[in-house]
Amino acid sequence: MHKALVMKADACTGCHQCEMMCSYGKVGAFNPAKSVMDITIFDGGAVNVPSTCTQCEDAWCMVVCPVQAITCNPATGAKEVSAEACVGCKVCSIACPFGAINYDPDSGVVSKCDLCKGEPMCVEACPTTALAYVAQDSTGYERMRHNALLAAGL
Amino acid sequence: MSWTGNILRVDLAAGTCTSEPTNMEWAHDYMGQRGLATKYLVEETDPKVDPLSPDNKMIFATGPLTGTIAPTSGRWSVVCKGPLTGAIACSNSGGFFGAELKNAGWDMVIFEGRSASPVYLDITNDQAELKDASDLWGKSVWDTETALRDRRGDPDVRVASIGLAGENGALYAAIVNDMDRAAGRSGVGAVMGSKQLKAVVVRGTLGVTVNDPMALMKTSNAAKELLAEHAVTGTGLPTHGTQVLMNVINEVGALPTRNGHDVQFDGAHDISAEAMAEVRESDGQANLVSNHACFGCPISCARRSKIDPTHFTVKDKPQYQIVSGGLEYEAAWALGAANGVKDLDALTYANFVCNEQGLDPISLGSTIGAAMDLYGSGAISQEDTGGVALEFGNTEAFVAMVEATARGEGFGKELGQGSRRLCEKYGHPEFSMTVKSQEFPAYDPRGIQGMGLTYATSNRGACHLRSYTVASEVLGIPEKTDPLVTEGKAGLVKAFQDATAAVDSSGTCVFTTFALSGEEIAPMVDAACEGDWSVERFVEVGERIWNMERQYNIAAGFTAADDTLPERLLKDAAKTGPAEGSVNRLDEMLPEYYELRGWDASGVPSAETLGRLGL
Repeated sequence: MHKALVMKADACTGCHQCEMMCSYGKVGAFNPAKSVMDITIFDGGAVNVPSTCTQCEDAWCMVVCPVQAITCNPATGAKEVSAEACVGCKVCSIACPFGAINYDPDSGVVSKCDLCKGEPMCVEACPTTALAYVAQDSTGYERMRHNALLAAGL
Repeated sequence: MSWTGNILRVDLAAGTCTSEPTNMEWAHDYMGQRGLATKYLVEETDPKVDPLSPDNKMIFATGPLTGTIAPTSGRWSVVCKGPLTGAIACSNSGGFFGAELKNAGWDMVIFEGRSASPVYLDITNDQAELKDASDLWGKSVWDTETALRDRRGDPDVRVASIGLAGENGALYAAIVNDMDRAAGRSGVGAVMGSKQLKAVVVRGTLGVTVNDPMALMKTSNAAKELLAEHAVTGTGLPTHGTQVLMNVINEVGALPTRNGHDVQFDGAHDISAEAMAEVRESDGQANLVSNHACFGCPISCARRSKIDPTHFTVKDKPQYQIVSGGLEYEAAWALGAANGVKDLDALTYANFVCNEQGLDPISLGSTIGAAMDLYGSGAISQEDTGGVALEFGNTEAFVAMVEATARGEGFGKELGQGSRRLCEKYGHPEFSMTVKSQEFPAYDPRGIQGMGLTYATSNRGACHLRSYTVASEVLGIPEKTDPLVTEGKAGLVKAFQDATAAVDSSGTCVFTTFALSGEEIAPMVDAACEGDWSVERFVEVGERIWNMERQYNIAAGFTAADDTLPERLLKDAAKTGPAEGSVNRLDEMLPEYYELRGWDASGVPSAETLGRLGL
């Protein structure tokens, strides 16, 4: 079974270690501006929300791409962009309801999470439990368990 | 790599921004940030310069590890001659500004001269331009940062700015970045204000490249594991922040209270980390909202706090009913114990005001404490204070003085000059809890002997962050020493000073040193940078920097007579606690310290020492 990235805002401290590792994987430099994992900081840093592509099954970006530059990696389920095929039309970035795929003017193509071929570097970098890479059918399991504990008054 | 190799030189008088290559010979001898910026200042300015004149320079500096995957890589520093002390000033800050500056491709920005009218520096990668800031002059840090972010239309820009305190020349004005991280000490904000430079806004998208990425990841991961496993960096600081110390230091009997009259505070618990987490009755919330990390930091010691909306300080002021930078230990002590004030929300409000208008809470709190001492002794009266009964423990009076100082109004104008000048003016220099005119922080040297030597010999005036012997004397890191014993402290202080100077020049945070030593940090520098960075070289660079700073201060006019402590610490024994009956025995430590440093009996580095360090 494929695995999925799970992002927990309540555990995120906003340190951007994930962005640094992500950008290193993408462009070979520590450069948060090039990261496809993004931490948004709200309320003066009290709330930090990590977000990236969740790898939709029927991915909008993949469906709308006019040159079939986005394909599904069967090993990971990740929707990957072929830099050779992409023409930089940006239609995918308009189609994505989550804003998880964006155009990079320096490379002339779009960039998105590819799950690092099944070993997401952001998860490895995260010093808290804000990022996890878990079986696809259990992305809500931990939250369910947490809520069950609350309901049980434990 | 991992220096960008570029320095931005900003001539404020001419209004020009020019790029020049980083002097790599100096970078190899002084690493970066504190060390490298100080080297530039030493080479380019007269140590006798008036700190607030156009001839003083101010340098914003990153380190080689700033912006890299190394843990706590968000650090940057401001270096200049300090107006509070007349000594070398180097104030270190976290947040996100430093990493953004490095990502824009700059090792340092050197500001020289003085602008004829208010300006701000606008940086996007290699493009830098001075722009008119007339409309921002008179605004707070918070309003300036918001206005510049809106003006740029980019939520990812980072801003460092001054508030009213820096504009008005308060001598301990801070430069604040990311709303509540500050280059806090020694009055660097006043220097920025004297140059009519309101803010620096930066966006960097170039990335930071390192010499050997795989080696850096390996050494960084090892360091991150040690930080996570350590009781202080893995549990204490993330959970409680630096405020974890309030009850600990009080129990040790080293919490300077009511301007140093006492060493224990009956209100310590009320202003502690534990109190910050307690749920209050009015709104069912706690003062503490969450913790927050600076760029690249796995420790996450910063506090996010919200003041009780019904509290007298904020009930009619919605702009303070927000989540913002909460109390850290030094601020909670200075604003609280030093004044005998134990109202947690009042202290949080004062801390918000320090961030909002750019003030150092340590010097502010200690100066108000000195003023309360003057008031109590009859040296000043309500005629001087504008009708305020400035008694120890008077929360309303304390809040009024914080507001007046932040705005530079009335008696606040005098408080903004710091306690040494205030106490001298009113005939009681002995009431000033300062060394080299800078207020000492939250550790009483009668209860922690090594901190006496730390304060006395700190190159930027009294400071805990130059050699944090509390780690050894109280926390047992790297090994426990007796806080009431002077033996061995000279060596401890020297070792901590050298190591800290190196860490401060690397781009990482000194808080890592609870868990890490040169054995872990030097390999990260080695991986990131050109050249061979052994542990020995790393520490030697620290020692070189320390001696360079000392030489600067001697040239500025300081002598061994300035390596001393307030009389109160040397003559009035602690009244309670484990240190009861103790004074600080500086005279037992200082001569040995000079000797270990390779300095003569008057504290001047010998020719041999200077030669050994290549100075």
